[in-house]
Amino acid sequence: MPVLTVNGRRHDLAISDDVPLLYVLRNDLHLNGPKFGCGLAQCGACTVLIDGEPTRSCITPAGSVSDRAITTLEGLGTPEKPHRLQQAFIDEQAAQCGYCSNGMIMRAKALLDSKPNPNAADVKQALDDNLCRCGAHQRIVRAVLRAAQGA
Amino acid sequence: MNAPFTPSRRDFLAAGGSLAVAFTVPALAQAPAGAPRLPGDLQTNRKLSMWLRIEAGGKVRLLVGKVEIGQGALTAVQQICADELCVDFDRIVLTSGDTELVPNEGATAGSLSMPGCGTAVRHAAADARQILVKLAAEKWQVDATKLDVEDGTIRGDGKAISYWDLVSGQELEIEATGQGPLRPQDKRRYIGKSHARIDLPAKMTGQAIFVQDLRPQGMVHGRVVRLPAYGASLQSADTGAIEKLPGVLKVVRDGSFLGVIAEREEQAIAAADALREAARWTLLKGQPTSETVYDWLLAQVPQDILIKDQPRKERSAAVATVEAEYRRPYQMHGSIGPSCALATFGSDGVMMIQTHSQSVFETRNAIAMLVGIAPQKVRCQHVQGSGCYGHNGADDVAADAALLARAFPGRPVRVQWMRHDEHKWEPYGSAMVTRVKAGLDGDGNVLDWDYQLWSTSHLTRPNNNAGNLLAGGVLAKAFPLPTPVNIGGPNYAADRNAIPMYEFPGQKVTTHFITSFAARASSTRALGAYANVFSIESFMDELAHRAKADPVEYRLRSLKNERARAVLQKTADMFGWSTWKKQPNHGRGIAYAMYKNVATYCAVAIEVEVDRGSGQIKVLRAVSANDAGEIVSPDGVKNQIEGGIVQSLSWSLKEAVRFDDSGVLSEDWLSYPILTFIEVPEIEVELIDRPGQPFLGAGEASQGPTGAALANAVFDAIGVRYRELPLTPERVKRVL
Repeated sequence: MPVLTVNGRRHDLAISDDVPLLYVLRNDLHLNGPKFGCGLAQCGACTVLIDGEPTRSCITPAGSVSDRAITTLEGLGTPEKPHRLQQAFIDEQAAQCGYCSNGMIMRAKALLDSKPNPNAADVKQALDDNLCRCGAHQRIVRAVLRAAQGA
Repeated sequence: MNAPFTPSRRDFLAAGGSLAVAFTVPALAQAPAGAPRLPGDLQTNRKLSMWLRIEAGGKVRLLVGKVEIGQGALTAVQQICADELCVDFDRIVLTSGDTELVPNEGATAGSLSMPGCGTAVRHAAADARQILVKLAAEKWQVDATKLDVEDGTIRGDGKAISYWDLVSGQELEIEATGQGPLRPQDKRRYIGKSHARIDLPAKMTGQAIFVQDLRPQGMVHGRVVRLPAYGASLQSADTGAIEKLPGVLKVVRDGSFLGVIAEREEQAIAAADALREAARWTLLKGQPTSETVYDWLLAQVPQDILIKDQPRKERSAAVATVEAEYRRPYQMHGSIGPSCALATFGSDGVMMIQTHSQSVFETRNAIAMLVGIAPQKVRCQHVQGSGCYGHNGADDVAADAALLARAFPGRPVRVQWMRHDEHKWEPYGSAMVTRVKAGLDGDGNVLDWDYQLWSTSHLTRPNNNAGNLLAGGVLAKAFPLPTPVNIGGPNYAADRNAIPMYEFPGQKVTTHFITSFAARASSTRALGAYANVFSIESFMDELAHRAKADPVEYRLRSLKNERARAVLQKTADMFGWSTWKKQPNHGRGIAYAMYKNVATYCAVAIEVEVDRGSGQIKVLRAVSANDAGEIVSPDGVKNQIEGGIVQSLSWSLKEAVRFDDSGVLSEDWLSYPILTFIEVPEIEVELIDRPGQPFLGAGEASQGPTGAALANAVFDAIGVRYRELPLTPERVKRVL
């Protein structure tokens, strides 16, 4: 049975190891950041960080990430104290519906952790496997660059 | 904007407590005969109490029937309310899309939130402010015109009183007049200024704001096994083994409707997969496929509707006639989050549904019919979902949840569609064929314009009828799909934007409306306007080229409306049209339309580079000028236009639903790819504000012009005219 460390807190879970991490985060830990988008690792809406690596939680068995550091959108900041990426997405109004935003922010977090001063091409490259249907791409790129500058 | 599980209407109204329930009056569905025409959706929801209440704690309750579908419209509506009622923005508490609580404004669709809801709220708030000021004037025995309001406090004659003190303990039964004076422009604090979206902080930090995020006590998970293909029927399904799977609470079978309910989500998914394996189906053979759909469209016996017939008075013969045919495939809404709903069938016999439906009232009635419950016993509450871009799976999944909840009373049943459910079963934007023929004079100008379009319906929304719900057609006691009607008059659905905005002397426009379906289809952002504007604006480009005229100058010859001319010229200026230098394999294209012929004026110019080897089109940049009437939130409008350009580029470059006898083959993002970050060009949007003019609605304006501007730019780049969408590398290469 998986023992998950999510946003710094340890959870012993009475579930089977093969349950996709996404459902554990959402349904057992009541987190909303990671979203179900495709269940196929094609869209990125479910992205979380595992030891800092952006990971598609929809195809990741919960048991495979026991004792690793899992970070979700909630682990970055709160409405009262948002992370600079979250604040930059708000400042740039970098969304329409906001369903994909979790994946965008988490993927961008990993980018900025490894490359603090990316250019627009770096950001587009990093986010190219994350799908947005509303067409907020240009704003999302601006938000990530803004967050980088504000660091 | 709703907190889930809001109380009953009685409790809700009582929440104002002893302080104030202003403007209370029971709902009135229809305008009485002879009643004056009221602005926007006040016409059908005439009592101020339906829209506004002065509430305890210095708050104002704003109730609206339109809902937030990810476009920011409700933030703009709240801006309007704050300005016209003269209260701080943050005093307003918004309730939207709850069938027990809000005015029925019909579907949140057709770029009508600002013209319908925004206009209504503007005048309701202005009326309310006038009434409140008049009350203060009477109380103080002073001239009301000497009083002014600031953040809900009325001042004048050395006195001050707040709305909340003024209406304490009173009830006012008042019908809107639409005559309350609007705040002068120099006193507005919110209208015309970009306001941060009210929903984004929650969305960016993982708060429970989507319907997908609701987790009421005792919730269970449902999944539905859909048919493998259109028209299939269930022969048999051995459900015994499925019922024994871990966590499974119930297997529901009703005709060809198959569903499972389980304690945990992954258990429901596993059980649905097993049930799909266990099911045996009868498939229909010989159905139209995505390969044969254009022939199929032309072979049907359509309803022929002449929507414009303007014979040319002067009878000189045309010196030349040119014609062309254009095609648009089935394309999907493609929401990133599959549709989701919760339904709870309570011991009181009430079916409570949380849904991201665009049409809570009509969907409530359709679901009531589906599950055999009186409409008063079904309550739909809107909670936001993933962007829908029209009629996606929202209503169908709510119906699925209600059917499962009926079979499993007492516990909330959450159903979220899987990716393949959404891809294969949402109602697509209809494939269309258009043919345009022009008789020209010696200068290449149009004398006679003859336009025809072939399309299936773009309107199969729930519309109070269970037959429009996906599950309705497959139950043992099936509800038949109603025969579609091309309602709404010319320029409404399939023929949206089919009547050209150019002042050609002779004009004939015919809709060939097909009442059957090759694939499930309904309202997809811009409806027929996408194909019609693509066709008209591609053909205008062809005509300009034939006349050896500049495409901007050629359009201006017959485009007389000043506001239309202004956006076209501004777009050309933004692009640098007059100074642009052509490079090999680079091209520029421009296109214009006034959405629905009554909404936002939008022009788009695009520069592309085409790789002749691969057929790959690289969109380098797009610019767009827009006139949406009076602008409430400039950044909100820009976001819509910008997003529309990206989405239309995705449709136009990549998207076509594939299907055959075995079913829909476009079942995920690999088999139905959409535009990604690297492919999205730089986009610049500018607005021409028209203070004092009506709100025009901008949510769908850029879809049509973008497709045509793209094809025109590709023609300019490589001299090949592509008349069939999408412009995939394979299609481009095939002709090169």
